[in-house]
Amino acid sequence: MTGTASDDLPEALAGIVDDFRAMPERQRLELLLEFSRELPPLPERLATQHDRLEPVAECRSPLYLIVEVDPPATPASPIRLHFDAPAEAPTTRGFAGILHAGLDGLPAADVLAVPEDVPQRLGLASAVSPLRLSGMAGMLFRIKRQVREKAGVPGAR
Amino acid sequence: MDRDPDPKLAQYAHPERLVTTPWLADRLGSDGLVVLESDEDVLLYETGHVPGAVKIDWFTELNDPVTRDYVDGAGFAALMSDKGISRDDTVVIYGDKSNWWAAYALWVFTLFGHPDVRLLDGGRAAWLAEGRPTTTEVPERRPREYPVVERDDSVIRAFKDDVLAHLADPDGRPLVDVRSPQEYTGERTHMPDYPQEGALRGGHIPGAVSVPWARAAAADGRFRTRAELEGIYQHEQGLSPRADVIAYCRIGERSSHTWFVLTHLLGFSQVRNYDGSWTEWGNAVRVPIVTGAEPGKVERR
Repeated sequence: MTGTASDDLPEALAGIVDDFRAMPERQRLELLLEFSRELPPLPERLATQHDRLEPVAECRSPLYLIVEVDPPATPASPIRLHFDAPAEAPTTRGFAGILHAGLDGLPAADVLAVPEDVPQRLGLASAVSPLRLSGMAGMLFRIKRQVREKAGVPGAR
Repeated sequence: MDRDPDPKLAQYAHPERLVTTPWLADRLGSDGLVVLESDEDVLLYETGHVPGAVKIDWFTELNDPVTRDYVDGAGFAALMSDKGISRDDTVVIYGDKSNWWAAYALWVFTLFGHPDVRLLDGGRAAWLAEGRPTTTEVPERRPREYPVVERDDSVIRAFKDDVLAHLADPDGRPLVDVRSPQEYTGERTHMPDYPQEGALRGGHIPGAVSVPWARAAAADGRFRTRAELEGIYQHEQGLSPRADVIAYCRIGERSSHTWFVLTHLLGFSQVRNYDGSWTEWGNAVRVPIVTGAEPGKVERR
C-alpha cells in the first residue's frame, strides 16, 4: 500500500490520506479531532428543512448529510456537502470533516470516481478500530449515491 | 476511599459500587482514587474530560487484538500499570451513553477481581449537565506495580455452552435479552446504528425475556431508583434475585449495564453476562432461535 495509498484520489483527499499516514498512530487521533472541529455547521437554510437530510445508519451517533449539485443533472457540476452531527460525537464528526475537506467543491464525476476503501487507507484501524471506521464508509457510500442521483449519472447500483 | 452516603444510592443492594457527581467532585485528585473515562466515541475524552481522568478504550485496550476475547492477566496488569493504577486504588469509571461502555469496562475489571471499582451515576452527561469542570489536559501518571491476576470467567461470564445448558434445563433458567424490541423479534439483525455487528439470523434465544437495557436508566442517564428497578425486573418480569440469570445483547456491552443493575443495584446473586451474545448466537450453526415477540421455547425435533 505504501506510496500508492493516495495515487488514485482527488488532490485534497490524497493530501489528507498522506497526512494521516505520515503520522505516528497516536497523533492520527489528534488530526481526526482537528477535522471534527473544522466541520462547518449546517447552513441555516438546511437546518430549517432537516427532513431533506439523509441519516447515516452506519454511524454510531446520529449523523445526517445532504449533497447539493448545482446545476443539477450535470456530471461536471461541483458538489456541495453538508453534514449535521452532534458535538458529543467527535469521531463521527471527524470522519465527516475529512470527507468535507476532501470532496466539497469537486465535480460530481470526480466524486463518483473516489474508491470505496478510502476509510481503510487512513491508517486509523488500530487507533480507532475497524468497527468505528465503518461509519465513514457508510457516509461515503451515501454521498456517492446522492451524487449519482442528483448529477444524473445512471447508477450502476 | 469512603463510600458515597447519598440516600438514593443507599437503597441499592451494593451502594459501594456507585458514586454521585458531588462525591467525585469533592475527591478529585485524592490519593488512592483513579477516575477512568470509557466511551463509545474514541475521541470524546480528548474534547474535554473530568480533571485528572484517564482514558480507557473498550475496543482497543480491553480486547485481545487477535482472539475474540478480553486481555489476559498479564495484559490487564500491563494496562493497569501503564495507566498508573494500583490494585488497592479506588477506580471510578464514567462514560457516554448512560454509562453503557463504562459498565462494560467495570465488568471487565470485575473479571480480574479489581477490588474497588465503581460507576459514576449518570456518567459523562451528568457531569457536563451540572456545569462541572472539564479539561483537555491529559494527566501524566507514573506507572504502578499491578499484580498479574488471572481472569476468572467462571462467575460473571457465560459462554455459548452455558446458554445451551440453560436451555436444556427442563425447569427453565432465565435469560434476559437487553437489545431493542426489533432485534428481539428478529425484524432486525443488527441495531439501527450498528450494521457491522450483524448476524446471519434474527430473533432471540428461546425463552429469553425482552428487557431493553435502557429501561434501567432515567432520562438524565442516572440509574432508576431501586423501587423502579424492582418494578421492572422482579415484579413485571418475575425474576428472582436468587435465580441463575444470563443476560445478553449483541457483543456484551449493553448486557454489562443490565448485569450491573441486577448484581449491584438489586443484589441478584448469580448473574452472568454472555458476551458472545447475538453476534455469536445469531451466526452459530444449529442453535435454536425464536422469532417474534414471545419468549417461546426450544422446539424438540
